[in-house]
Amino acid sequence: MSRVGYPRVPTCALRAGVLARPAEGHAEPAGSIAGVNDSPARLPLRTAAAVRLGNMSSKLSQKMGLGAGGMIGGRIALKLDPQALAHLTDGRHVAVVTGTNGKTTSTMMLARATGALGEVATNHSGANMPDGHVTALSKQPDAPYAVLECDEGYFPAVAGASSPEVAVLLNLSRDQLDRVGEVRTIERSLRDAINALENCTIVANCDDVMVTSAAKDAKTVIWVATGTGWHQDSASCPRCGDPIRWEGEHWHCTGCDLQRPKPDWLTVDNALVTPEGVKVELALRLPGKFNQANAVMATAAAHTMGVPVDEAVRRLRGVSNVSGRYRTIERNGRKARLLLSKNPAGWSETLTVVKEADHPAVLVINAQEADGRDLSWLWDVPFERLQGRTVIASGERATDLAVRLTYAEVEHSIVPDPLKAVDAMPQGDVEVIANYTAFRDLNARAAENE
Amino acid sequence: MSESTVQIALVLPDLLGTYGDFGNAVVLEKRMNWRGIKAEIVPVMFGEPVPDSCDIYVVGGGEDTAQTLAVKHLREHPGLQRAVTKNAVVLGVCAGIQIFGESFTRADQITHPGMGLIDSTSHAGGSRAIGEVLATPANNLFEGVLTGFENHQGRTVLGPAAQPLAHVKVGTGNDGSVEGAVQGRIVCTYLHGPVLPRNPQLADLLIEWATGAKPAPLDLPAVTQLRNERQRAAS
Ligand SMILES: [Zn+2]
Repeated sequence: MSRVGYPRVPTCALRAGVLARPAEGHAEPAGSIAGVNDSPARLPLRTAAAVRLGNMSSKLSQKMGLGAGGMIGGRIALKLDPQALAHLTDGRHVAVVTGTNGKTTSTMMLARATGALGEVATNHSGANMPDGHVTALSKQPDAPYAVLECDEGYFPAVAGASSPEVAVLLNLSRDQLDRVGEVRTIERSLRDAINALENCTIVANCDDVMVTSAAKDAKTVIWVATGTGWHQDSASCPRCGDPIRWEGEHWHCTGCDLQRPKPDWLTVDNALVTPEGVKVELALRLPGKFNQANAVMATAAAHTMGVPVDEAVRRLRGVSNVSGRYRTIERNGRKARLLLSKNPAGWSETLTVVKEADHPAVLVINAQEADGRDLSWLWDVPFERLQGRTVIASGERATDLAVRLTYAEVEHSIVPDPLKAVDAMPQGDVEVIANYTAFRDLNARAAENE
Repeated sequence: MSESTVQIALVLPDLLGTYGDFGNAVVLEKRMNWRGIKAEIVPVMFGEPVPDSCDIYVVGGGEDTAQTLAVKHLREHPGLQRAVTKNAVVLGVCAGIQIFGESFTRADQITHPGMGLIDSTSHAGGSRAIGEVLATPANNLFEGVLTGFENHQGRTVLGPAAQPLAHVKVGTGNDGSVEGAVQGRIVCTYLHGPVLPRNPQLADLLIEWATGAKPAPLDLPAVTQLRNERQRAAS
């Protein structure tokens, strides 16, 4: 049976690419502030006032417990000055990171690596729309570097306003079924936005058909073979509609000239290979193949900004917890690792991570607006991989998951409350995989109990 | 592939697999296997000829470009149409209901020819129908309510040769009053969930048609619980 439906993940051959760019970097001690010439331009009066007011309301909202204050300040600043983002990035070295999965992790990695050059302003908390960017930038007005995680839908606006030096395109797949069709629309808008950028180097995943199409026509592209890509949404070519054919790691369109470009950087087993053919061990603390992919994308981008490869890799090895993802919580003798998976591509990757260890797993599914209300995608996730393991179905839609697990012949029980589900597991290590709102709520409750 | 194995063709999962349509094939396969009936899924990928020898065909939903590509392929390789003349059982979901008809007209007002398997025409509706659906099976086709999740812009009008699958209680379906279509052994629906995991009676009806015998009862508590939950959520 199992011949159907699941994406084939191409494996990467060790092969040195060519990159005709000078590779000199200038390392500086961590957190140092670069010279006067590098500091951002002075803010226009209106932006400065808008930012001050924004910061005030941000603090106020934190005090009143209205949330982390991650966005509200930026929202007010943008209302008062719609040009705030352009002014706040003016004079800084900006990198923008976008894609469906891995944005938050890659952004954090790139920010860590770029820290070798000077202070970096970044939006860590996943507040990845313009108001989140304005909030992050106005909190660090003197940081000469900015690394911004950006929602795919906002990329054109944010890239247009911030004139990035580097744009990182990770992957594009469907996030929610209620928004199907948007993958192609997003590819089109990213392509147009990228083609309009001047003096920007695109760092793009050549194992992703949609990303390749979006980046292909840019003046300067650095292609990274990540070995990860979700093929289900790219069976037909984003440019001409004809089928895409895969042969091992290579792919090409049968109707037009879109094909996998020759990669400059390679991801190989726990290591990367630079354009010069140098292999560097990754030794990450974050698990899984997709985090290796994130790390190689971040390193290629950091290198473009001027960070030496060894220094970049050394720095991103330190990343162990990304906004609560991979956080471990202790409860009554159970050590539960929290993993976030938002969509079929993400779940498929996460299931390969949990497969590495044989721990019991709690799977938490909600279907609120932010998750997408249509749960049909549960059938695109290869839950069959969990056969033989102790599994609990949890979350507001635990029953939908239980039916899926039944047909996947995975024995399980149902405990809708995820913390109670952890308590119901045997003592020891437990993997908890949750989708968006389930993860958010669980993380907040876990933080409360800490 | 032995004579006695029921073959379930999963048609173009690379183009029409957007809404977890793989799930409908899995449910048919497992519900037969668990009762001792041999069954297997035969994926038919884009670019491959469509076999006319399978017992059941499952066709799913996809986005617009994929759907247009799929209907072109299915018209060029008419194995499914030949299978229908040999009494094969067919389930078409979402895009399925549109491409099985005489024609479908997109939001861009371009009309595409369908496969002519169902007496129906489809066109783009004004607004997207999204949400839980409850419907009563038409002509006592099976027991209990039909439950599912709809997410489509298409509206479908049935001609005299096609019967509705169900009468809508909550949701939109084809047109706000009826849902899906039945013509011979072809069943179409707009409902996801996917539809068969949520509606085991419909799955067993298709199995009965394919095997010629009413399958033994199969009680799955999680499925009963899910049906109850979704009915409460819809009403
Ligand atoms: Zn093409």
